[in-house]
Amino acid sequence: MANEPAVALHEAGHTGAHAHPGYGEVRHHFESYAQQKDASTIGMWVFLLTELMFFGGMFMAYFVYRQWYPDAFASASLKTNLWLGAFNTTVLICSSLTMAMAVHSASTGKRLLLVGFLIATLVLGSAFLGVKAYEYHDKWVHHEIPGEHYECEGCVDAGHTSLFFALYFGMTGLHASHMIIGAFILLVLIWQSYKGKFSAKWYTPIELFGLYWHFVDIVWIFLFPLLYLIDRSGKGGIH
Amino acid sequence: MITATATKKETKNYLNAESGLKSWLLTQDHKRIAILYLIAVTAFFIVGGLMAVLIRLELATPAGDLLDSNTYNKVFTMHGVVMIFFFLIPSIPAILGNFLLPLMIGAKDLAFPRINLLSWYVYMLGGCFGVFVLITGGVDTGWTFYTPFSTTYSNGYVVMTAMAAFINGFSSILTGLNFIVTVHRMRAPGLTWFRLPLFVWAHYATSVIMILGTPVIAVTLFLLMLERGLHIGFFDPAYGGDPVLFQHLFWFYSHPAVYIMILPSMGVISEVVSTFCSKKPFGYTFIAFSSVAIAVFGFLVWGHHLYVSSQSAYAGMVFSILSYIVAIPSAIKIFNWAATMFKGSVRLETPMLYALGFMGLFTVGGLTGLFLAAMGLDVHLTDTYFVVAHFHYVMVGGAIMGYMAGIHFWWPKMTGRMYPEVWSKVAAGLTFIGFNLTFFPQFILGYMGMPRRYHVYPPEFQVFNVLSSAGASILGLGYLIPGIYLIWSLKYGKLAGPNPWGATGLEWQTASPPPTENFEITPVVTTEAYEYTPQILAMIDSSPTQTTKEVTHVG
Repeated sequence: MANEPAVALHEAGHTGAHAHPGYGEVRHHFESYAQQKDASTIGMWVFLLTELMFFGGMFMAYFVYRQWYPDAFASASLKTNLWLGAFNTTVLICSSLTMAMAVHSASTGKRLLLVGFLIATLVLGSAFLGVKAYEYHDKWVHHEIPGEHYECEGCVDAGHTSLFFALYFGMTGLHASHMIIGAFILLVLIWQSYKGKFSAKWYTPIELFGLYWHFVDIVWIFLFPLLYLIDRSGKGGIH
Repeated sequence: MITATATKKETKNYLNAESGLKSWLLTQDHKRIAILYLIAVTAFFIVGGLMAVLIRLELATPAGDLLDSNTYNKVFTMHGVVMIFFFLIPSIPAILGNFLLPLMIGAKDLAFPRINLLSWYVYMLGGCFGVFVLITGGVDTGWTFYTPFSTTYSNGYVVMTAMAAFINGFSSILTGLNFIVTVHRMRAPGLTWFRLPLFVWAHYATSVIMILGTPVIAVTLFLLMLERGLHIGFFDPAYGGDPVLFQHLFWFYSHPAVYIMILPSMGVISEVVSTFCSKKPFGYTFIAFSSVAIAVFGFLVWGHHLYVSSQSAYAGMVFSILSYIVAIPSAIKIFNWAATMFKGSVRLETPMLYALGFMGLFTVGGLTGLFLAAMGLDVHLTDTYFVVAHFHYVMVGGAIMGYMAGIHFWWPKMTGRMYPEVWSKVAAGLTFIGFNLTFFPQFILGYMGMPRRYHVYPPEFQVFNVLSSAGASILGLGYLIPGIYLIWSLKYGKLAGPNPWGATGLEWQTASPPPTENFEITPVVTTEAYEYTPQILAMIDSSPTQTTKEVTHVG
């Protein structure tokens, strides 16, 4: 970045963080703003790698059991609500778009547009969670939550269908918990953006949160076909 | 350019820069956080050690006279959980790594100081869950939490214990994340990757395992908690699940976790051996890459824990061969350390004694690991004391020996004080003798067929068990003595200069203890690692005891 001011902090005895106009703060242990931004970005990617492995354990369990009990998984997966799932997928993809627009607005220094897109992201994310809650409630009513009252009417290989629902709740639950955490972070970011904390020169938190939000979105892009779609072709059709 | 004299006492350093409890509990200084970890981890080591005392007392006689079987199960479980999750995994990375990584690479701090502090609080939160379980009645599943026993039949606080390990895992992830970013982005000018100390390479490899492996155990324990607490079944056959899947997921982390424990130790040994031979480590690049190779291959060998499960024989063969392969990078390290010592003038200071102990004991532990990696032999040895002896040779003989070497080596840097030389050598000797007496008989017991995790045994096994218990008391003494003299040295130890050992790393070019900002001027690195310049060598010659001389050191 050619227009970056010299913010090297070599002075001995320097202890506190320095604020630089438009750049947020360069914390005391970094030499420059560029180094700090680089470190934060790598840190976020490493964190997402960790997240990938976090979800990976459950995907592994899904693949193993699906391989072993394809019929049970097929008939249980027909119980998911395809239309709600598809609606939610659309909502989430739209929220990724608004998030990307938010990052763009931040990079061009458009404060109100940034706030607007962040709010739009929050609204879409909340809509997703609302639909998800409705789906969970529906499963509860139909005794499709694994446990003592579990039943799977008209299922093939019913003994193994609870595995599907256990994984369904485990995976979508973990995903939803990431959305909830994301929503709280969004609240903070909206407030900070409104207060004018970010500028075209410094908007690292917005950018990094964008990475997180897209990651959570991508997880759903895998969950939707695996849980809702994959067993519908030729077996039960679309209901 | 930095002169160490008695007047250093008055200068500001990280210990006296601020005072009061708040200045410690809210600190973002990596050195202070390392001290916080040191205190907490030591406390857990004592708890885990007391459990070991109970185990060895019970096993001194064939009858179950001290503890009933239920209590015994809980005691060995807590010993395992505490020692593995709360001592071994954080010990070297969170204490020595935290303290030294920024110093070694010439940085002012880790990349994310607040996350570093957060990791300590997360560790303490996990620890609170662990202590809660300990106080309220314990858990009897063994540290491995195998299903369906843990999810269906166990009477203990399984969810609480799993929660303790789950939370603690995030502390380890945060530490690993911090280290990786720090090594990538915080190195001093001129400090290229192949100029990094081997300690840093080892910690980098460890961090990779931490960030890739730990989330898998986290999600596995999450599933375990769902099954136990809410009856959302994944592993219990009663719910249609397969317990062997749990074992796969568990060991996918828990075998690499062994390398989380041993790799940092190997990093310590590389530093110690080089320093006390005053020689560049033989085969620097090989040692550096062997750390990375261990981290990579370590992820591909977990199936050797499952030879007697329903895992297919073909999978077993692949895992067996891969387990042999992981022995190669480990052996490369041992051979390179030996080659470094060859024709060197070896100074037998305390850290070096521990390092020598490490090399011997880890070799035994590693080679017996090959016995266990052989499928046929493993069928005979699985779940016997042979396994117990093997992993204690690696974990205690390896990881803790390395930890003790590191603590002694960097104690002068951390505290500015020397420990008493004679006592420390006595302790190192006692540890080595006590350790072998404790665990070598267990190889024989296991080969004879004594199963692990039982509190009663046939009388013919008693001789070896008594030997083992006797050894454990010597070993206990070997850990108690350093505990006493290290605390003593804080007040009464001789003042240490910046570089009491004549070592080469950047951490020895700043004051002992270092100032809060680590370096008065950001160092610029112009040479390879481990350059024993004539000045450093002269310093060693003029100061054979390495303790009291005022040394002037050209940085």
